[in-house]
Amino acid sequence: MGKTIAEINERIKQGEAVVVTAEEVIDLVKKEGASETARKVDVITTGTFGPMCSSGAFINVGHSQPRMKISHAWLNDVPVFCGIAAVDIYIGATEMAEHDPLNEVFPGEFRYGGGHVIEDLVAGKTLHLRAESYGTDCYPNRHWEKDLTLSEVKEAWLFNPRNAYQNYNVGVNLSDRVIYTYMGVLRPDLGNANYSSAGQLSPLLNDPLLQTIGIGTRIFLGGGIGYVAWYGTQHNTDVPRGEGGAPTRPAGTLSVVGDLRGMDPRYLTGYSMLGYGASLAVGIGIPIPVLDEEVVKAAAVRDEDLVAPVVDYSVDYPQGTGKVLGEVTYAELKSGSIRIEGKDVPTASLSSYSRAREIAATLKDWISQGRFLLTQPVELLPCDAREEGVE
Amino acid sequence: MIRHKIVLHFPHEQVDKPIVSKLVRDFNLDFNILKASITPREEGLLVLEIIGKEKDYERGMAYIESCGVTIQPLSQDIQRNDMKCTHCGACIAVCPTDALFVDRESMEIGFDDEECVACELCIKVCPPRAMEIHY
Repeated sequence: MGKTIAEINERIKQGEAVVVTAEEVIDLVKKEGASETARKVDVITTGTFGPMCSSGAFINVGHSQPRMKISHAWLNDVPVFCGIAAVDIYIGATEMAEHDPLNEVFPGEFRYGGGHVIEDLVAGKTLHLRAESYGTDCYPNRHWEKDLTLSEVKEAWLFNPRNAYQNYNVGVNLSDRVIYTYMGVLRPDLGNANYSSAGQLSPLLNDPLLQTIGIGTRIFLGGGIGYVAWYGTQHNTDVPRGEGGAPTRPAGTLSVVGDLRGMDPRYLTGYSMLGYGASLAVGIGIPIPVLDEEVVKAAAVRDEDLVAPVVDYSVDYPQGTGKVLGEVTYAELKSGSIRIEGKDVPTASLSSYSRAREIAATLKDWISQGRFLLTQPVELLPCDAREEGVE
Repeated sequence: MIRHKIVLHFPHEQVDKPIVSKLVRDFNLDFNILKASITPREEGLLVLEIIGKEKDYERGMAYIESCGVTIQPLSQDIQRNDMKCTHCGACIAVCPTDALFVDRESMEIGFDDEECVACELCIKVCPPRAMEIHY
């Protein structure tokens, strides 16, 4: 027995599709078994919301008169990348406003960076563009200042090179001083453990061998519609895996793209990480088509079954030693306390599970109401474990 | 017995006087200093938890006010901007009193301002900067 994406889309159009979230499917499989669930359910929705530094947006700001080939530019004083055509720019999430003190007064606050610019743009606020150039015969303008909004620019696309990490480190601190990291504030002597994954709701942990999510998959992105563009940077599927195939180390990643028009600052939020830098919290929800029973089994994975590595961020991470102190499950992490080296350590999350739930529920509504159709991936993403299995 | 958390603002000319110690000596009140600072303009800020009888508390506060010190209840001072909070939990790692806590059912972050001692650690640790000071 199997279903095709075309058949599932037919049911979505008729308003007959059965859609459940990656949380709901756990109980359903427990009650009715994987094969009955696979027969009944058409789509399983996932969600995640957390800081994803490798994010940014391409913007075409439109031409000035006379025309200009922008060589340096700033949006609200945050430098943007201009090394492409005349008025195309890229604003990166972690770029800091010019003259920000950074970590000169440690730990720096990093109040306004690229992530905040993107949030402001999506919120409909007016941004100030300042642009410089050297002037050419075809593009004589050398200086241009302009206020602009999302509705006024020509194009504005979120284009994130690495999002939705399949699993991630749990950060701890073995040193005797407080450290400020992209995993948040880590107190000395195992004072706390910070994690950042939605676990059983996380998109790529529900499709561990990347059997359904591929290039061209339509997704919930930042409150609007987006697509998987490619595998993400640092995509690595050659990792240890648990029983159901889920990686026990950071593994697959996605590169995603979508029109900023239609997105919502609730799911695209500028973050300031004390002592580290600015970032962008991105909300992503991915539908998993129930093609067969195997898809259901993988998506029924529970926090109890998902394992994350505990890594010291005072020495091992910065020095790249690759050392892992131990492994814990997401059920333990979400209980509020884990045990490391004989010590009970309180946990905190950087990823918002409540918002991940909200995203999975929203995507479920969209599909149930016939407003969101699934796409057939043009190509699956590379995955050693899947490809070896196929051979 | 009552237990109140208050913020005292000392004007420049009172900063060097022993005012608060009188609460113990003359008014039978116990106090716990939660925070003390003097601003560059030499105004003082003192956050206290006061424990004692209601009557003694009222008399003690009347005395403090008569010295030109203004009194504010603490609970208004640290507020969460619910529009900005993304319910991640970065604050949980630093909150010393469990005023910020995780509701394990909803996995949302709760804020109990009765438990807050205004240490301000959460202010800069909050990634979307949802925690605000209103002194």
